[in-house]
Amino acid sequence: MQNIDARGLSCPQPVIETKKVLDKKPSEVTVQVDNISAKENVSRYAKAAGYQVAIEGTEYGWALMLSKA
Amino acid sequence: MKRLGKEQYTIMGAGSLFAVLAVILVMLGNPLNMGFCIACFYRDIAGALGLHSAAVVQYARPEIIGLFLGATVMALLRKEHKSRGGSSPLTRFVISFFVMIGALVFLGCPFRMLLRIGGGDLNAVVALLGFAAGVIAGSLLLNRGFSLGRSYAQGKLEGSLPSFIALALLAVLLFLPALLKFSTSGPGSMHAPILISLAAGAVVGLLAQRTRFCMAGGIRDLFLFRDSTLLLGSVAVIVVALILNLATGTFQLGFAGQPVAHTDWLWNFLGMGLVGYGSTLLGGCPLRQTILAAEGNTDSAMSVLGMVAGAAFAHNFGLASSGAGATLGGKVAVVLGFALLTLIALLVIRNNKK
Repeated sequence: MQNIDARGLSCPQPVIETKKVLDKKPSEVTVQVDNISAKENVSRYAKAAGYQVAIEGTEYGWALMLSKA
Repeated sequence: MKRLGKEQYTIMGAGSLFAVLAVILVMLGNPLNMGFCIACFYRDIAGALGLHSAAVVQYARPEIIGLFLGATVMALLRKEHKSRGGSSPLTRFVISFFVMIGALVFLGCPFRMLLRIGGGDLNAVVALLGFAAGVIAGSLLLNRGFSLGRSYAQGKLEGSLPSFIALALLAVLLFLPALLKFSTSGPGSMHAPILISLAAGAVVGLLAQRTRFCMAGGIRDLFLFRDSTLLLGSVAVIVVALILNLATGTFQLGFAGQPVAHTDWLWNFLGMGLVGYGSTLLGGCPLRQTILAAEGNTDSAMSVLGMVAGAAFAHNFGLASSGAGATLGGKVAVVLGFALLTLIALLVIRNNKK
């Protein structure tokens, strides 16, 4: 499964990185984020792009598991 | 475009309330269409501290202090206050410096631009076109790999300092005002009562933290991701300010004779263009930088310092516009700003590709 490490990146970069990957229509992607706006913005973008979002709290922040809905 | 959800209604509610507070601040003494202007207020604070000596724009604006305190409280309540930084702090300082120059050539930050549009000032509509063009240019660079790099966790003190500095400024303003300079005429002399300004700033700070309100981000997200959530907040500011200005008789449609404004359309366009361009490279408009600084983001605190320095330079070197129009120095500085920011962006992109 593809992994996007967006830790330490400020918005909109986490969303840009996510968009680049989702544009290739993978079935599953994990996005690692460490700030709340990245978490919210990536989730919002992924949902709009037709992905389901499962969020898991981690020591650095959150891992967002995106899967094709 | 997707249906409106809770997030969209929340940000529109926040934007509407911002406009209401802005109009109230004007009724209580702030300059017209300047209930809020993040750039102007940092400029006034720079003046109050004697960093520049333009006697008409000196006042330790409590709205800014309120923004810091409100956003800090909300971030603490939501457990979102985190000290972090190290993402190209000096580059951010330089970019913010020119964001401030652009804002002072136009005479307002994106927030005041919205309020000016709501007041019928058509110069601000020209500026909005420039702002949007600047944001789109910045977004294209983001798409091409522009990034100021990752930030890292820092000690608690580092990220808390901006809020403590705001508290210290408040203490001086309330108890030792003799240390500060206060305008006796001009925009700096026009202000609502201190505690009301402080409270209005705090409310905006609380809600802007909660909603991630950002004017540059609104246009950027629409352009890059077809997401209109943030933009709805800005639209709400314009609509509600327009209604209230019409209702209170402060609406005045036209180009000429607008309060704290000039009619040099090219420099309104380019000045705000530079603000949009720089804000997009920074990741947020002056309001958003302020809120992030209050949340513990020391990179954004560097942006705030860059804006304060930019304001001081703008007035010490005659770069800021006045009602009479843009100055030669201001025009040169805006062109220089575009060139420098573009050079920085291209160097950063090239470096990131290595």
